[in-house]
Amino acid sequence: MPAATRHLPAIFHDWFAARGWSVHPHQQAMLDRAGDPALLLIAPTGGGKTLAGFLPSLAELADGTHQGLHTLYVSPLKALAADIKRNLRTPVDDMALPIRIEDRTGDTSYTQKRRQRADPPHILLTTPESLALLVSYEDAPRMFAGLQRVIVDEIHALAESKRGDQLMLALSRLQTLAPGLRRVGLSATVEDPPAIARMLARHPDPCPILLADPGPAPDIAMLQTDAPPPWAGGGATYAIPAVLEAVKQHKTTLIFHNTRAQAEIFFHNLWLANTDDLPIGIHHGSLAREQRERVESAMVAGQLRAIVCTGSLDLGIDWGDVDLVIQVGAPKNVKRLVQRIGRANHRYNAPSKALLVPANRFEVVECVAALEAVQAHDLDGDPKGAGPRDVLCQHILITACAGPFHADDLFAEVRSVGAYAGLTRADFDACLDFCATGGYALRAYDRWKRLLQTTDSKWRLRDPRAALRIRMNIGTIQDTDTLKVRMKGNFKPLGEVEESFAATLTQGDTFLIGGQIVRYEGLREMTVEVSRDATKTPKIATFMGTKFANSTQLSQRILRMFAQDDWPGLPAHTAEWLGLQRRYSKLPEADRILVESFPHEGRQHICVYGFAGRNAMQTLGMLLTQRMEELGLHPLGFVATDYATLIWGLEAVTDPAPLFRAPDLRAGFETWLSGNAVMKRTFRGAATIAGLIERNLPHARKSGRQATFSSDILYDTLAKYDPDHLMLQITREEALRGLVDFGRIEEMLQRTAGRVDHVVLDRVTPLALPLFLEQGRIALAGAGRERLMEDEAAALMAKIGMPAD
Amino acid sequence: MLCVSDLHLGKSDRIARRSGVMLPPYEVQETLDRLASDIAATDPRQVICLGDSFDDLAAADSLGDDMRLRLTSLQAGRKWVWIEGNHDPGPVDLGGTHLAQLQVGALTFRHIATSATAEVSGHYHPKHRLAGRSRPAFVVDATRIIMPAYGAYTGGLDCMSPVIRQLVGPRALAILTGHKALAVPLA
Repeated sequence: MPAATRHLPAIFHDWFAARGWSVHPHQQAMLDRAGDPALLLIAPTGGGKTLAGFLPSLAELADGTHQGLHTLYVSPLKALAADIKRNLRTPVDDMALPIRIEDRTGDTSYTQKRRQRADPPHILLTTPESLALLVSYEDAPRMFAGLQRVIVDEIHALAESKRGDQLMLALSRLQTLAPGLRRVGLSATVEDPPAIARMLARHPDPCPILLADPGPAPDIAMLQTDAPPPWAGGGATYAIPAVLEAVKQHKTTLIFHNTRAQAEIFFHNLWLANTDDLPIGIHHGSLAREQRERVESAMVAGQLRAIVCTGSLDLGIDWGDVDLVIQVGAPKNVKRLVQRIGRANHRYNAPSKALLVPANRFEVVECVAALEAVQAHDLDGDPKGAGPRDVLCQHILITACAGPFHADDLFAEVRSVGAYAGLTRADFDACLDFCATGGYALRAYDRWKRLLQTTDSKWRLRDPRAALRIRMNIGTIQDTDTLKVRMKGNFKPLGEVEESFAATLTQGDTFLIGGQIVRYEGLREMTVEVSRDATKTPKIATFMGTKFANSTQLSQRILRMFAQDDWPGLPAHTAEWLGLQRRYSKLPEADRILVESFPHEGRQHICVYGFAGRNAMQTLGMLLTQRMEELGLHPLGFVATDYATLIWGLEAVTDPAPLFRAPDLRAGFETWLSGNAVMKRTFRGAATIAGLIERNLPHARKSGRQATFSSDILYDTLAKYDPDHLMLQITREEALRGLVDFGRIEEMLQRTAGRVDHVVLDRVTPLALPLFLEQGRIALAGAGRERLMEDEAAALMAKIGMPAD
Repeated sequence: MLCVSDLHLGKSDRIARRSGVMLPPYEVQETLDRLASDIAATDPRQVICLGDSFDDLAAADSLGDDMRLRLTSLQAGRKWVWIEGNHDPGPVDLGGTHLAQLQVGALTFRHIATSATAEVSGHYHPKHRLAGRSRPAFVVDATRIIMPAYGAYTGGLDCMSPVIRQLVGPRALAILTGHKALAVPLA
């Protein structure tokens, strides 16, 4: 390590002094430890984190002697790479340092990319996908030979997804190409820094963690409104006047929502009430890129007073002078809340200001629990599992694109990645076999293997031309199938909706997109055509069905609140409500399942309080109704929230305890899962990442639609003829872990250990009441779909005066 | 008579050969399983495969011995006609008669629809959407039938696409396959 690193060259001190700055302690610490093979910095937003990451590179490069690539910067967002390039130019230009900085993302031009490979800059800013692509080229060894440092920015965001696994696999390759490579991770506040450190470091290298001063505690409170929040719903319309008032009193406000649909509805209602015409914009991932960019630049230019947004604004881009963050809807996850609050006030040492707006009465409890958690610095998170094998399959193919490899070498390299440290040779070989032969029980591809072993026992591509197709399909981001939406007769897209949502639309339906109500006209060449509509309320408000589930930690905190004798911390209306529940029934407890039975409107209801989060409670509803069906209790439907599942049916449940027997629930889950849409969706994701399904094809023909077929067919075929195939193993593993949250049902069963309290009442209880107003009721009907189709067909035939049969 | 169209046998073989992507190699088995059960149910004197029976001619050659045997046993005791399609434009080394098109009474069986009347064709893999579900469908008007694809690994073209709409008259119907055949106007 050059001595320059530890002691910044004088020119740097002059530069800091000229701006009236001093080197932050954590920036100095990064310089002091610049020689460490791995280093993780945890710092709040606005703490000069990025500069802290780059200072050692700038110092090492200042004398102009280093040739070629020195530092690789990887961030989860393209926009972030561009942003950093701008910000980094300032010190480099001010000090006239001889350093070339370039970015490389999906947006970089072809010629620029080619030039970068032949003559790389000193500092290259890129994304995990672009890096994986670089690693797949034959000339990767030459390009990365002199690489000294890699900086992984917003590593906490990457750690949550397969993009992080892909990045770390790519780094294991780089480490072989450049053995002296030092790794630096920059992270926002997280619950488990050592887990991020293990992910970052080459296994089993140590990875010291530097904690920057977290700054003053955020000034965070629940929004006070005149009207109490409603019993159910997520619109928070009641709070619009108070939110507008808060916007008026601040320079720039970010208004976060948990889902895109909620953001759309809130934005719409905000505008209806915005009599002062305050400039307010909307930003979320379903909007067309041009529209998002317009909002972003207006924001940077300080032209907007507020932006209604979702997680698309979560990452550390500097959007200018935000002085208030409003979170509408309970923040289902404390860590995300803290990171969002960090978006306000980028001046170091000034507290961030935030307001929470509960959308309904139960969310008041959740918001208070979240506030307490923030004050106690009690962040949440679920431990990440072992490295996913579909990403490993893609990595094997990427490695093969770059040139022949020995299986032993690659295995050793892969095991140097923290997430794959426990990978067995058998599992690795199964992935390699999948890449080489398809891994089927029926060995059908002897002639057309993708990878062959040559006489020197190295693996290589059978057909080198396959490299092109593999490169075209690099990446682990799963775009849900979306369709563009545009005004009829206009070419400019308004945004995107999920294909499954578009499929439910019939002509005349109205929905919200980009803050306006539009009318569905029809589908034309995979584009949803709409027209303007003057109505005040859309017929269909929701697209993007996924909602965040409450984290385990937050649920536990709520249960602890329930155990209190009284609730001085809650608003009177909410405390009264909980008091009523205690008087008429019981408040749910952490170590017992509470089941209430009561009749309502001619149906028997049971309400199950499990506090396992929305996804798990939904899955539980599916499983319980299946059991009830078997027991002849004729369930008719159910609805789930983060804390409870309400089931209605024809017969009363007299003894609910047997419904919760773990082995029965598990067996029911197996059956239910195999035919489930979640499995098919998970399969599509895994198969796409592993290279079984290609997202992008060379020269895709426009008329080639009939040549492609649904991945569901592949899933069904495999399940029927090859049920133990690697892709099905991966699919099962992931469906169990993530989407359906069965793990949280297991957690609930363990914590309650068969202790079921059954309370029989003659009417609806206070705590169950909101569930009656909850949207997303699921009607149970096996033959229902067939029946629906028959009815619709008959209606259509009747219209043209023909019999249906 | 049993008529099936667009079996696309050997599709996974062709994809592997061309792109290196190895799909589950069970589609020949799956398609022939279906065909065997339909033949058992209808016991036809004649089977017409309406073109694109093989994903390409090389795929026909690479059919495994067990699958060839399977086909031979299905052909036993009945007339079997392979109509040529754009994917399989030449004869294949399997039993049965190979024809560009077949005339049966007033009806013409060919792979791709023409402007002629009294015609049964395939090629387009029509599908239709009803109550949010899309299924393979027959497209029918007074003068023609366009058959859905029969093969396991086949996608489809929406019946509402102009390509299909301009082939049929104004009173055309789509008949969805599935548990129960469902007819809907194609308007």
